[in-house]
Amino acid sequence: MAQYKLIHCTINGKEVEKMVDVRASLTDLLRNDFHLTSVKKGCEVGECGACNVLIDGEAFNSCIYLAAWADGKHIRTLESLTGPGGEISDIQQAFMEETAIQCGFCTPGFIMTAVEILETKKLYTRDELRKLLSGHLCRCTGYENILNAVEKTMKRRLGVPVE
Amino acid sequence: MSIVGKSEIRVDAFDKATGRTKYYEDRMPAGALYARIKHSEIAHGFVKSVDTSEAEKIKGVVKVLTCFDAPEIDFPTAGHPWSMDPGHQDVADRRLLNTHVRYYGDDVAVVIAEDEVSAVQGVRAIKVEYEALPFVLDVQKAMEDGAPQLHEGYPNNILKHTSVRKGDYAAAIREPGLKKVEGWYDTPTVQHCHIENHGCFAYEENGRITVVSSTQIPHIVCRVVGQALGRPWADVQVIKPYIGGGFGNKQDALYEPLCAWCSTQVGGRPVRIDCSREETFVSNRVRHAIRFHIVSWIRPDGSMAARKVDLYSNQGAYASHGHSIVAKAMGSFPQLYPCDNMECDAYTVYTNIPAAGAMRGYGMPQASFANDSNIEECAHAVGMDPVEYRNRYIMPLGFEDGFSKNVNYYDSHRECLEKGKELIGYDEKIREFAKDTGDIRRGIGCASFWYNTAVWPIALETSSNRMLLNLDGTVTMQCGETEIGQGADTAFAQMAAEAIGLKSYKDVRVVSCQDTDTTPTGLGAYASRQTYVAGFSIRQTAEILRNKIFAYAEKLTRQSVGNMDVRDGNVVRKNDVKVLISLSELAMTAQYNPADSEHITAESTFTIKNNAYSFGCTFAEVEVDIPMCKVTVKNIVNVHDCGNLINPALAEAQVHGGMSMAIGYGLSEQLLFDQKTGRPLNNNLLDYKLSTVMDHPDLEAAFVENPEPTSVFGTKALGEPPACSGAPAIRNAIYNATGVALHKLPMNPHNLFAAFTEAGLIHDSWQEG
Amino acid sequence: MYDLKALYEAESVEHAIRLRLEHPEAQIIAGGSDVLVQMREGKRAGKELISIYGIDAMRGVTIDEDENIRIGSLTSFSHITRDPIIQKYINVLGEAVDMVGGPQIRNIGTIGGNTCNGVTSADSASTLHAWEAIVELTGKNGVRRLPIGDFYIRAGQVDIRAEEGEIQTAILIPKASYENTFGYYIKYAMRNAMDIATLGCSVNVRLSPDKKTVARARIAYGVAGPVPMRAQSAEAVANGAEIGKEMIDRFGLAVLNDINPRDSWRASKAFRQHIAVEMAKRCLFESIKRAGGEI
Repeated sequence: MAQYKLIHCTINGKEVEKMVDVRASLTDLLRNDFHLTSVKKGCEVGECGACNVLIDGEAFNSCIYLAAWADGKHIRTLESLTGPGGEISDIQQAFMEETAIQCGFCTPGFIMTAVEILETKKLYTRDELRKLLSGHLCRCTGYENILNAVEKTMKRRLGVPVE
Repeated sequence: MSIVGKSEIRVDAFDKATGRTKYYEDRMPAGALYARIKHSEIAHGFVKSVDTSEAEKIKGVVKVLTCFDAPEIDFPTAGHPWSMDPGHQDVADRRLLNTHVRYYGDDVAVVIAEDEVSAVQGVRAIKVEYEALPFVLDVQKAMEDGAPQLHEGYPNNILKHTSVRKGDYAAAIREPGLKKVEGWYDTPTVQHCHIENHGCFAYEENGRITVVSSTQIPHIVCRVVGQALGRPWADVQVIKPYIGGGFGNKQDALYEPLCAWCSTQVGGRPVRIDCSREETFVSNRVRHAIRFHIVSWIRPDGSMAARKVDLYSNQGAYASHGHSIVAKAMGSFPQLYPCDNMECDAYTVYTNIPAAGAMRGYGMPQASFANDSNIEECAHAVGMDPVEYRNRYIMPLGFEDGFSKNVNYYDSHRECLEKGKELIGYDEKIREFAKDTGDIRRGIGCASFWYNTAVWPIALETSSNRMLLNLDGTVTMQCGETEIGQGADTAFAQMAAEAIGLKSYKDVRVVSCQDTDTTPTGLGAYASRQTYVAGFSIRQTAEILRNKIFAYAEKLTRQSVGNMDVRDGNVVRKNDVKVLISLSELAMTAQYNPADSEHITAESTFTIKNNAYSFGCTFAEVEVDIPMCKVTVKNIVNVHDCGNLINPALAEAQVHGGMSMAIGYGLSEQLLFDQKTGRPLNNNLLDYKLSTVMDHPDLEAAFVENPEPTSVFGTKALGEPPACSGAPAIRNAIYNATGVALHKLPMNPHNLFAAFTEAGLIHDSWQEG
Repeated sequence: MYDLKALYEAESVEHAIRLRLEHPEAQIIAGGSDVLVQMREGKRAGKELISIYGIDAMRGVTIDEDENIRIGSLTSFSHITRDPIIQKYINVLGEAVDMVGGPQIRNIGTIGGNTCNGVTSADSASTLHAWEAIVELTGKNGVRRLPIGDFYIRAGQVDIRAEEGEIQTAILIPKASYENTFGYYIKYAMRNAMDIATLGCSVNVRLSPDKKTVARARIAYGVAGPVPMRAQSAEAVANGAEIGKEMIDRFGLAVLNDINPRDSWRASKAFRQHIAVEMAKRCLFESIKRAGGEI
């Protein structure tokens, strides 16, 4: 009865192939089959952003993305930002230093959207950043320090003075 | 002090920034069965029968349990300390599953299955036959004679009624020349919306039952699971990993008892209950909607001659935290704006909506909205600037509360108001905005709040702590106070490092995960108590540890105990600060000494018999687009006196979060129910409007640091206070902008449309006739 | 895990048509941001799905031989907003779909899905109505084109013929409609992100060469009735009228002749009528300004 599909994709830079239950969401695939537990479940209907990952460089809520669609895609989760020796990226460091993390449950999703933003290599205003980050809900931080972390990292990468 | 008071990076920041932090679902045992709940589809009635035959046929379904299978044990759920006095114990009105369903969403049956889809299909296949009863959603209608009754023994659905009487209200209002400032103030049902839903899993091991849960209160949940299952409490082990926020919802036993029972019904196999977001909104807890009626009698100079306050708190279907919340709300009235003649009556009333429990502020966001709205109207009534009015009549320096013994040691309210005024530029703006007359008008307003720290003397206040000296000279610390995202572990590490004499807060390894089998008993995260209460046990335990260190060091160094101190991780001679031995060398020697081996540890419990005021205010600046019925918050500042800051960066972040919650409370959040069926209408994150990053401006947090004399580290409550005064400050700013005094939260476009139409600011000619 | 019975993945439009004919009960899924959510709610639980998400030929914005703007039905909202053709000729559509949900939803959500689900609150719908878009459907008998106004039958139902194996393949904006035309969209919602429209209003105008009169005005709403709708009484007020505050006020009031919002827990009829008038005025005002007119 159950229907499976063999998919090939890259997950965090590594080529993988996997038989997936076609009923699975990408969240299910990443958490259950690859133990990438930075992918969080907060609503499972695309309203909170906790499960956000990058697919071919764009941010998607993996809860409403069928695992079967991952075939041929390049998928990145927060785990991809930590180097083999445990070294972390500037955006993670900024989240730590700016006190942008509290309970930590929305953090992976936010950071991955921040990665998408930073990879455009554009300088955005604070209001533009608000819009770009608006697909994530956070109940702890009031978003203030998250914005600060993203804005400062963006400016540092672009060589723009940070106040 | 050198370690306390610094903006250190959180101890859990790295793991959270890398996504490796484990929450309950990340620790799920392989093969855990999925339990999914069949919820009531009527607001009130009796379950006549449950047909499980179709559900049982589904491949993957292991077991279906119904309300007719559940033990007939009533248990309480509130995250309160146990009381040895039966009169002070929480109301036990819960069952694991219910034949008498009391709200739309009540728990009727549960399907346990091998996989998620089978469990969900099983729930869908269950057929429940009900005998529907009339239901009531409104708090005051529920008090009427003849209203549907929810629980036996509570006439007119009144769970509890308490009063405050001060002076002679009836006589005082006869004073000539008084102005009457009267209003009804209505607050909505809202939900915590922590991003991680509540969930848990349970299994049996060695004849005992273990529950791993997303909770704020592991030790209390341990007791409640024991009560609910009718088993000795010691049979239960509760483990609390990192949790994705709580805000009071998880200060209740939620689905831990049901999950534990389910495991016992399938031979102790691991069973998981993962609340969906929809269930979290309805079948966990909500914040009490409280309706206030305030009558203030003021003299021409604005002073309050007499005041009457009635509070009606909508408890929903089950008692949970019950009357404590509205009681705290009522308690603030005689204190925040003291008045000699007062009559206050608070009622907690059962209705057929989801059960209300603790939520950030514990009655204070509601009370602050009502009180500071009415105070604003009092200021207007005598033509006084609202800040000036507060400065004149708010709690004076030296005020002492007879019950809590709290003293207003500093003039905190006025200092906070003054600072807030300056930061937002109140004086210039109030003049400037007065000129606005068009469709879009600006306004500025403020509100203060009253809060106290921890729960003494209403209930037990205790904190236990264990410290182990590690071989590398660091210290491992365990306590029952929980990290729920607020940064408690970091504050504890800073305080412990300071108290012991370590070099850095990084030299304290706080065991974040509480396990009731091994963690010293504590009460958990609530009442903004943890930094305050843990301070006592941290200092006491550190003293014990230091004395043990000194005793061993004396054997090794020949120096006297009285002349020793620990500084930067070394035992030093006090008089000349000469390093006698490092803690690591001492620990190694003590541990591996063949003749005299010792693992240096300390443990103690401190019973706290103090409480502390924690005050502050919000200033908000708004722009009101009258035709569009929209309010934009342009600037907002919170000022708090929470004593000394242990970690200023974390304190600031904590305030931001509370402010954001307060803005949502003020402008957009409300859980709605269909009046015809009692069905929740918007129990999802799309239709329930909590603020996104685009819905408020930059948030400014400021502090007045008056060291709290009763506290070890000079600190007091900060967790909840930031959520208290935001909504009334916005309300008063809208009042300033438009002249329209709003009496109902949220101040969303629907309510603004009604209020602006009534005030004549909106005039839709076509609507007439 | 979704409670779905089977998943059929179409590799091409022809394949999709074939699958549709073979599995007439199956539900089409594009980006899935509606279908999967409904499936989880139980509304479509246990159904078969035909995924067309993988048909890359249905993505992208082009100008066809008749100079229509052709938007492939699977083009995501974020790609529409960023598309240079959209930005040049019909930027308001890019702005409107940039108000759908949040960034991740705009990356997965498609304009085809947004219109095929037939909901009145779709942020693209009012603008597509105001720009007189043409819907292209491809089935076993070839291509069928119809005006977007005719595509919507009733709430939740659009004119796609399952028995013909039809799927929506593109949305076209005719040159006659976008040429020298400027528009403005207001989404009225309770939040500034992650929300559905309480009311959506899209206006566009073409001005006379001297920019003193409105040569042609179009206005359409979402959530002003069971399906997205034009407000033709209001258009008649503006068409050929001299630009001025008084005309804008009359234009606003005239929409009341056309719209038919309902009372629901999301908003009252009176409230929707009130903001509909205000939004019409503001949208027209901004459209005229964008077209170079002065008020």
